[in-house]
Amino acid sequence: MPYKIKEKKFSRKNIRSNSVNLFLLVLPIVIFIFSMFIGRYVISPILVIKILLSKIIYIDPTWHPTMESVIWDVRLPRAVAAMLVGAGLSVSGASFQGLFKNPLVSPQILGVSAGAGFGAALALLLLDKLILVQISAFIGGVVAVAFTYKISKIYKTTPLLMLVLSGMVTAALFSALTSLIKYVADPLNKLPAVVFWLMGSFNAVSRGDLVFLGPFIIVGSAVLVLIRWRINVLSLGEEEARSMGINTEQLKFIIISSATIITAASVCMSGIIGWVGLVIPHVGRILVGPDHKKLIPVSLILGASYLLIVDDIARSAISTEIPIGILTAIIGAPFFAYLIRKSKSGWNY
Amino acid sequence: MENNFIFRNINFSLKEGEVMCLLGPNGTGKSTLIKCLTKILPLDEGTIIYDGLEMSNLSTEEIARGIGYVPQAHFSAFPYSVRDLIVMGRAPHLGLFSVPSHKDFDLVNESMETVGISHLADRPCTELSGGEQRLVLIARVLTQQPKILLLDEPTSHLDLGNQIRLLRLINNLAKTGLSIIMSSHFPDHAFISSQKVALMKEGKLTGLGSPDETVNEENLRKVYGIDVKIKEIKEGINRKICIPIV
Repeated sequence: MPYKIKEKKFSRKNIRSNSVNLFLLVLPIVIFIFSMFIGRYVISPILVIKILLSKIIYIDPTWHPTMESVIWDVRLPRAVAAMLVGAGLSVSGASFQGLFKNPLVSPQILGVSAGAGFGAALALLLLDKLILVQISAFIGGVVAVAFTYKISKIYKTTPLLMLVLSGMVTAALFSALTSLIKYVADPLNKLPAVVFWLMGSFNAVSRGDLVFLGPFIIVGSAVLVLIRWRINVLSLGEEEARSMGINTEQLKFIIISSATIITAASVCMSGIIGWVGLVIPHVGRILVGPDHKKLIPVSLILGASYLLIVDDIARSAISTEIPIGILTAIIGAPFFAYLIRKSKSGWNY
Repeated sequence: MENNFIFRNINFSLKEGEVMCLLGPNGTGKSTLIKCLTKILPLDEGTIIYDGLEMSNLSTEEIARGIGYVPQAHFSAFPYSVRDLIVMGRAPHLGLFSVPSHKDFDLVNESMETVGISHLADRPCTELSGGEQRLVLIARVLTQQPKILLLDEPTSHLDLGNQIRLLRLINNLAKTGLSIIMSSHFPDHAFISSQKVALMKEGKLTGLGSPDETVNEENLRKVYGIDVKIKEIKEGINRKICIPIV
């Protein structure tokens, strides 16, 4: 028997899973530190690390106060925001793909982004104050999903197909309303503001945003991480899940409300960013397989790392900022096409 | 109103270790009845008593701890490993925020052994043959540790050998004290595996009792609309068989 144990410990599968774990642990840290170096205001890596450490231990400040401000007020909040949004969207996407038993589902499927986009556009048109725009976007997202949920409710249940169809209806309706706002908006200043806002950017993220919106994303993601194993059971279909004692309506409601809060808060922070919640869970499945017990935490880490890299590109690739929603689509769409052609591992029809 | 009933006047009970075979033509409500017994579908009228308690008052979780269900067909969008699929049977025993522990995986190993599929543990559940898949689902329902098993056509789409192996497994499980209700399209299965037979037609029970009393030529003609001969085979087999007349 001791031979067997030894064999198990060093089997190829275990070595692979250990190296995947190590990779997932190191990846976000490396990317985070790296992101602090990147930017138009050049600060040497050693100084960056010194500035970061100076908040924890005392280091004689040999740097210009501007440098400290660039790191602390600009790069750090922005990096944290990108990680939060990337993690939140990916966890929501993975959970929704499990809930809807379909790997082509994204967190936007129930209309949350369309609703939040409309809320933001309306506030930009009428109020034009960032905090009000954010509140309006959040309310818009939640209202849109509540609307979807309401029209899909038949008797006491919400069949998945009804949810998807109602989501399409809701998204179409709110998109049309957003177009209406664009149409009536003053084309010199209001219209560009609405358009840019909808394209998504971490440009305007402040530390205040993190304090107010971060908790929504963190709590929503924590709930999804906690119930992650039950998503496995739910993904077998509602009848089978119910036969295994799952209160499917309750679990569906928990997943939908958590994902909605996450996505709505993400839109408030950075506008509409597509493709992250769709693509990242697929990468996760390639790394650790379809089991949501592993997939959800892995999606969280991958999503945070991925969106941070993309945001680094968005703010430093060319002399002006590229809207991140455009970048995630330009990177995500071909990558997704590659994934669905190359590997069917992790899902099938 | 009358046509809205899926079934009426159905009344039966089941004891520990008893196997009941549900026979009847397509579309007569066998699957629906089985789903009602697990409370996957709610009853509009009538009561189901489980262990002295009325089922409509029990939560899905409480029911799943006592009653296990194996669906007719299984489809998974994600290729979970057989082990991961079987451990899902632990869901009614675990809290909302829990993940299965080593103990749960020990139970998985146990039920895989009972069913004889330990060698499949790491295979993706989407790449199994029909027979293997059925056994995996039975292992999963055993991991759920229920007292009653509901099997919806456990032998459908299986070859002859796998059908008989499955019926043998059902007989063995009943010997351990499990009560089993299974639906079938073969009256022979009633003679092989069950102590009780329920004959259903158009949502009504047309016969209930031991296989010898219930599965007779007259009843089968009434239910299926064809002539059937029933012969007793001796020669060391000692079983009745049904021969449909073409």
